[in-house]
Amino acid sequence: MAFNYEKYLRLEKMPTLWCWGCGDGVILKAFVRAVEKMGLDQDDVCVVSGIGCSGRFSSYVDFNTVHTTHGRTIAYATGIKLANPSKHVICVAGDGDALAIGGNHTIHGCRRNIDLTMIIINNFIYGLTNSQTSPTTPKGMWTVSQKAGNIDPTFDTCDLAIAAGASFVARETMLDPKKLEKAMVKAMQHKGFSMMEVLSNCHINLGRKNKMVSAMENLEWIDSITMPKKKYDALEPAEQLNLLATGILKQDTEADEYCEMYAEIQKVHQGKRKPIGQADFAKKI
Amino acid sequence: MEMREIISTGNELAAIAAVDAGCMFFGGYPLTPSSEVMHVISDLLPKKGGVAIQMEDEIAGICSVIGAAMVGQRALTATSGPGMSLKAEQLGLAQMAEVPLVCINVMRGGPSTGLPTRVSQGDILQSKNPSHGDYKSITFCAGSLAECYTEVVRAFNVADRFMQPVIVLLDETIGHMHGKAVIPTVAEVEAGIVPRKKFDGAPEDYFPYGVEHDEPAVLNPMYEGYRYHFTGLHHDKHGYPTEEIETCRKLIQRLEDKVALHEDEVESYEEFMMDDADVMIVAYGSVSLAAKESIRHLRADGIKAGLFRPITIWPSPATKIKEYADKIKNVIVVELNIGQFHSEVQRASARLDIEGLFKVNGRPLSPHEIVSKVKEVF
Repeated sequence: MAFNYEKYLRLEKMPTLWCWGCGDGVILKAFVRAVEKMGLDQDDVCVVSGIGCSGRFSSYVDFNTVHTTHGRTIAYATGIKLANPSKHVICVAGDGDALAIGGNHTIHGCRRNIDLTMIIINNFIYGLTNSQTSPTTPKGMWTVSQKAGNIDPTFDTCDLAIAAGASFVARETMLDPKKLEKAMVKAMQHKGFSMMEVLSNCHINLGRKNKMVSAMENLEWIDSITMPKKKYDALEPAEQLNLLATGILKQDTEADEYCEMYAEIQKVHQGKRKPIGQADFAKKI
Repeated sequence: MEMREIISTGNELAAIAAVDAGCMFFGGYPLTPSSEVMHVISDLLPKKGGVAIQMEDEIAGICSVIGAAMVGQRALTATSGPGMSLKAEQLGLAQMAEVPLVCINVMRGGPSTGLPTRVSQGDILQSKNPSHGDYKSITFCAGSLAECYTEVVRAFNVADRFMQPVIVLLDETIGHMHGKAVIPTVAEVEAGIVPRKKFDGAPEDYFPYGVEHDEPAVLNPMYEGYRYHFTGLHHDKHGYPTEEIETCRKLIQRLEDKVALHEDEVESYEEFMMDDADVMIVAYGSVSLAAKESIRHLRADGIKAGLFRPITIWPSPATKIKEYADKIKNVIVVELNIGQFHSEVQRASARLDIEGLFKVNGRPLSPHEIVSKVKEVF
């Protein structure tokens, strides 16, 4: 039976403002399929987005939706989650949104390990505002703010999330929507901060000036720089240099989740348990 | 009204007030001289099942507060001038998306890092327009320990009535002042809580922003079957982004008018010995305490001075100011900045001969300084 997308979409908001061939639509479809697979009631889901092309994600899906300011998705979502920890809160942000202006919140969301699912749509560029350098723009590429070629070192979103303490970290591309959907389900099922990086194309504002004029060429480039984790791990470090591993890169089901820990704080203040001490934690520093 | 006595500080009273008024969420960041609000509320909120979280920065603090308020909770943040500057963009989103919250600003010397531990009233104009764009700010200013409590309680009710942030200004002197406050009992506060409006019809008939030209949005709590969209973009009655010309104009005009056409509901001021006054001293916050003392001295010397103290700073009690300024020749504004409210008194009274006593060195104004200035200029 054909999947009923209409159930999850705000059809009156269609067509989207995304360009033809943009990966955001594929990611949106994978997301709603993942929600259906999770069996979640639409009323029990909150989708929070930031600013940029990815920021419009929230207005197209029929959940409780919040379109926040640039970079602050996780900070808003932290309040939303703590106000009702029983509900599912999913953040959607772009690479510039989550890693540049919102980098601090991304780091601390990971560190707190609060039960949010963070989908970072990484298209390696500021697309909506016409091709400025983002923290993931590969070195040497043309951007409108660095026409002589980008000299800024790039962030590896997943390495950053792992180092900052996210308990679930995965990377997929929009080239394989089925795989993406499965990874999204796992990210949402995971209790704790789930970082789901999705590599996507922006042939309009990255590709055209960097010898990837069509969506297909842009996607072929993404395919050429990615490799499943198992294959990637078997490579020598020198061979890994310009590649990004895909799949689940980290999953720690033992890590303390922030809302659950806060419930313990409440118990302390309500006289239901003794104050939390270092002995309560396996990992103290 | 049934009252009780508490011996405490302004900052602590503000935190207690929030909890008594039904606040369930606090998000903030340490900032002198406001930090005690967080210290106190981080004990009180978890006790009643609420949450107080120290976020990674000032911006995240208010973002988390707006998030909790979107879910439907009463939520608070507290900061000082530098934090207000950082929170400004988010306050704009809360104005645009019509999310009620209370933001306490315990004023210290500015600009920039300024005088972190010393008193100032330099954030009066900032609180009128912290963010870019047009909207009508609501700001209260506590002039006593008791008002650190009562104005925070009022702020929560007014935020829910107008569906927007309400700023409560304390200053370092009031915030750190320690003494007895006579305040309403918890039962009185709870009886006075007016929660935000809620739509209870069919979800398909629900238009959160489809309200009358002078009414605030009706934002139901999240997760209750009324799925809608929050955005900082111009939006239509559903909350969906739009650039439709008339919709955009009406939205911004409504943000202005929902307050401007109902200013009487938030207007608040104190008149002290104004009945026979020949000299009107306009002062607010901790300065008003010195002003009251100075009036006793002035009257002992035969000068009939009185105090007009705005409690609601924005929108200012302009009509009342004009009424007094029309009949009292000698008007002086006394404040710890270089005439931020003075310019408002000039505007409201349409008079350019309003005197001013301004101090910006981080030290409080003494009654003696006010007495001398009044004798000098009038």
